[in-house]
Amino acid sequence: MADPIQQPDVDSHSKTAIWNDPTFRSITFQVLAVVVLGWFFYTIFSNTLHNMESRGITTGFAFLDNTSGFGILMSLIEYDETHTYGDTFIVGLLNTLLVSVVGIITATIIGFVMGVARLSKNWLIAKIATVYVESLRNIPLLLQIFFWYALMRTLPPPRGSIQLIQDAVLLNGRGLYMPAPVPADGFGFVNIALLVAVIASIVLVKWTKKRQEATGQLFPAYWTSLGMIVGLPLGVFLIAGMPMSLDYPVLKGFNFVGGMRIIPEFMALWWALSLYTATFIAEIVRAGILAVSHGQTEAAHALGIPNGPTLRLVVIPQAMRVIIPPLTSQYLNLAKNSSLATAIGYPDLVGVFMGTTLNQTGQAVEIVAMTMMVYLVMSLSISALMNWFNKRMAMVER
Amino acid sequence: MKKSITVFGAMAATMIATSAFAGTLEDVTARGTLSCGVNTGLPGFSLQDDKGNWTGIDVDVCRAVAAAVLGDATKVRFVPLTAKERFTALQSGEIDMLSRNTTWTHTRDTSLGLNFAGVNYYDGQGFLVQKALGVKSAKELDGASVCIQAGTTTELNLADYFRLNGMKYSAVVYDTSDQTREGFEAARCDILTSDQSQLYAIRSKMADPTSAVVLPEVISKEPLGPVVRQGDDAWFNIVKWTLYAQVNAEEMGVTSANAMEMKTAADPNVKRLLGTEGDAGAKLGISADWAYNVVSQVGNYGEMFERNVGLKTPLAIARGLNALWNNGGLQYAPPIR
Ligand SMILES: N[C@@H](CCC(=O)N[C@@H](CS)C(=O)NCC(=O)O)C(=O)O
Repeated sequence: MADPIQQPDVDSHSKTAIWNDPTFRSITFQVLAVVVLGWFFYTIFSNTLHNMESRGITTGFAFLDNTSGFGILMSLIEYDETHTYGDTFIVGLLNTLLVSVVGIITATIIGFVMGVARLSKNWLIAKIATVYVESLRNIPLLLQIFFWYALMRTLPPPRGSIQLIQDAVLLNGRGLYMPAPVPADGFGFVNIALLVAVIASIVLVKWTKKRQEATGQLFPAYWTSLGMIVGLPLGVFLIAGMPMSLDYPVLKGFNFVGGMRIIPEFMALWWALSLYTATFIAEIVRAGILAVSHGQTEAAHALGIPNGPTLRLVVIPQAMRVIIPPLTSQYLNLAKNSSLATAIGYPDLVGVFMGTTLNQTGQAVEIVAMTMMVYLVMSLSISALMNWFNKRMAMVER
Repeated sequence: MKKSITVFGAMAATMIATSAFAGTLEDVTARGTLSCGVNTGLPGFSLQDDKGNWTGIDVDVCRAVAAAVLGDATKVRFVPLTAKERFTALQSGEIDMLSRNTTWTHTRDTSLGLNFAGVNYYDGQGFLVQKALGVKSAKELDGASVCIQAGTTTELNLADYFRLNGMKYSAVVYDTSDQTREGFEAARCDILTSDQSQLYAIRSKMADPTSAVVLPEVISKEPLGPVVRQGDDAWFNIVKWTLYAQVNAEEMGVTSANAMEMKTAADPNVKRLLGTEGDAGAKLGISADWAYNVVSQVGNYGEMFERNVGLKTPLAIARGLNALWNNGGLQYAPPIR
């Protein structure tokens, strides 16, 4: 036991030795736990690699620089078979991110609409929403993916395309084709106009808030911003003489070339993920709204606040607090479920990297580890983002 | 998902032991059955009927090894595997050998910790095309969409062929052979590509087989053969020499029907093969009548070929490259002496 007198700089109330100090102890144990855990995983990993090496299985990450030698159906970056295995990782990763982000956006929209619809006083709307939620929520996602993909398979071959808009928007078994915008000289002004509009909107919203706090006067800042963001670039675009051309898809040989294309694998996966996850979001939204007691609405009305602002300023902010945490797990689910892509051949990370690349190189441990890291980082990022959003939405006590 | 389980299984197994796989022969003898990885369903190579019986030239290779090692060709447990699962299953020790129309390539032989024990079928990659497109040659395929199976050499050959001929393609990659065929039938793609031997089988499974034609081009070399783990030379030798025994038997005219009487034939080569002279079996660590069991129970190479893929079967494939070396083919086995 240390004598406190010999430690004059220590506060008089800390009479205990340093290893009995709770803060010190907890920090030490935490550091120790992390070190042991790190050592544990390091040992497993290096042991595995060593054992594989001694059995003649190639290990290490050098393969990422080798030429892949295989094609991929869809890529957001430039890619062909002369690129490397490292590039196949990026291609797969971006395809996973694309379907996850687009899926999260549509699932949120459908989910909120359906959640509110279930509470509607209109019997028909409420029933439709209920049937949607109760049926799709209870059918396994994989089956839904297969269902949408089977539907895509009934589409005609390229030569018999369905003309949604004559010669411009076409649908066939190879996907949905649309004209692609090709910016010409002078399109830069449109971009500048867009930037100006966005900055102006931010300033406007801030100013409106300040003025409202000071004087109580309201100003429709959001609608004005929307008008600016759409109107300003559009105006500049027209004045500049429409500096853009359209690249139309044309039938050449076997397939349509040019234009933009959404492949059927993407559509099937996207719809299945969105419609399935939206059912859960709808239930979360419904629960969130029901959690705000009716007294709140009555109180707002008693203060003379009209219906719209009551919903916007009183009910929704309180409901959001209940909605956000479970919503986060739905987003996480959607991102992870996107790996079912392989079942229908959508080239996501699992299909391209953990599938073809793993098989061509045989480097299972490295590739599975990299893929797991991606899903981990992706999930943690979604969580962090939603936590931040949740903090902003949380009750501010004044 | 089953795939990831095999992958993790492999990782876990690799972590536990380095040299646990040395004695495959001892394991198989102790267990009394051979675990053999085969295709999930490929007519002529590996197909299970509705009674659960497996048939095919790859399946017969497994049976031959069981006959050589255990004296009984029926003592096999067949493990159906997709293209993507097959190597992990072998590396992890889930199966004792792999006989699943697997192409012998440099990468697979040198970097997966595996060894190819020979070639039981010389194949090459070809194309199946929608007849309505009126295509006569693979050189006319610029811009086509191609249905293909994941984790195969086919994916790589296809890319090479189109690159070499300055053509573009878009690959639609599926996990199983059935999905690939369905994609092709639904016109998701213009062509389907795979090993030539399989194109006819795939076409025969189509709702309307006459709507597709096989193009004349063969764009690659696909030597298909059984695979074992590297580092277990005794087992490697057994699988290799079982194949050679079948080829030698065909060359010497020993068949399943006459194997018994051939045991007393005058030719010392036949005697050494059937174990009435010499110690070929002992040198492999198995019984003296190992090759007799193989030939009498499974047949010689020619019998195995004709029964599964030959001209009298629905696949109707001629011997071609798979004829014996003295008959214009490539099947050649070193002598047993
Ligand atoms: N020989 C090639 C291709 C082997 C292969 O898996 N072929 C496919 C057809 S292209 C197949 O057998 N599919 C049957 C199945 O998975 O059920 C290789 O070893 O990579």
